[in-house]
Amino acid sequence: METLEQVLSPEAQFQARIDADIRIEPKDWMPDAYRKTLIRQISQHAHSELVGMLPEGNWITRAPSLKRKSILLAKVQDEAGHGLYLYSAAETLGTTRDQMLADLHSGKAKYSSIFNYPTLSWADMGCVGWLVDGAAILNQVPLCRTSYGPYARAMVRVCKEESFHQRQGFEIMQTLCEGAPVQKEMAQEALNRWWWPTLMMFGPKDSESPNTEQSMNWRIKRFTNDELRQKFVDMMVPQAEFLGLTVPDPTVQWNEARQGYDFGEVDWEEFWSVVKGNGLCNHDRLQARVQAHEEGAWVREAAMAHAKKRAEREGVGA
Amino acid sequence: MNQQEWPLWEVFIRSKQGLDHKHVGSLHAADAAMAVQNARDVYTRRLEGVSIWVVESKHIHASNPDEAAEFFDPAADKVYRHPTFYDVPDSIKHM
Repeated sequence: METLEQVLSPEAQFQARIDADIRIEPKDWMPDAYRKTLIRQISQHAHSELVGMLPEGNWITRAPSLKRKSILLAKVQDEAGHGLYLYSAAETLGTTRDQMLADLHSGKAKYSSIFNYPTLSWADMGCVGWLVDGAAILNQVPLCRTSYGPYARAMVRVCKEESFHQRQGFEIMQTLCEGAPVQKEMAQEALNRWWWPTLMMFGPKDSESPNTEQSMNWRIKRFTNDELRQKFVDMMVPQAEFLGLTVPDPTVQWNEARQGYDFGEVDWEEFWSVVKGNGLCNHDRLQARVQAHEEGAWVREAAMAHAKKRAEREGVGA
Repeated sequence: MNQQEWPLWEVFIRSKQGLDHKHVGSLHAADAAMAVQNARDVYTRRLEGVSIWVVESKHIHASNPDEAAEFFDPAADKVYRHPTFYDVPDSIKHM
């Protein structure tokens, strides 16, 4: 008697497991394109966490109180942790940390464009937590059920930690909005600058996102870019209203028939321009990353030399 | 650029006394002491653990997923290993 395995090609067996919601694990057979897509997506995600430390790190020394400083420090440390969870998930697919970092530093690998916008005022720390992490959560929660096991497990960990990030951002916004008029103005001004770039975080329109269909079939992605963007707007408009702020889009209006908000078109020219490297901070972000990596090289080498010497002295290893 | 990256370590955490150590992920470190310290910073920022094991990834040997079906097959036809295989009369208590 022939078993299923003998009848089906490896590709078909693989797809059958995906369709049955059986997770794929590192040593399992997988199509090359699946592996490549995941390495690209997970490493991009890891790079975003790493570069994402920079716009907030910018404000650690200038946080308005010791409490805010401690919170921001913990949040930035979490971002580093998230990057590390994700890099190690990507490494299970056969790439190396050195390779991924080299691709980031050479500009070959991308990271989320949102981090190429500057953080000009303290209210930006509010917006980054409330809006940017809010958008990240919407992207990340479905990834906890993504088809690749190590990625899904890393995302469970990330999501657990992310909700504090969003809440501390909202609290910053709320405090500003309940403060002096000039503080509320600062909050509104930050919302004006961050609203559209945040909507861009969900990626190009479905009609212009050729990889979406394959990623949905492989159950790497569970929702399309436009579905998530709509969810985000539906979530955020009432929260902005609660704060007494106005989202900078005059076309935002509740659509009773659709049970969702109508909203305006993202400036896709700006989106692609920032992706291609022409955002306000692309150059600075990459330079800061490369500099940190290069200046840390002697530490990495010294630690290795020390470990080797001690292993030799103690007669372990070898 | 330094191409020699630190070795990879697998991290296992005991979340509280009485439970076993569970695999949580991996990280890079120059030696075991650094791996334990990095594991604390990466995987227990919210009191997720009371004990950490690290082992260099190259020392882990695993079963082959391509042979999983044959490998685990011997256990598949031994339902009598489970208590539910046996009919116990209703009037029998404490079994």
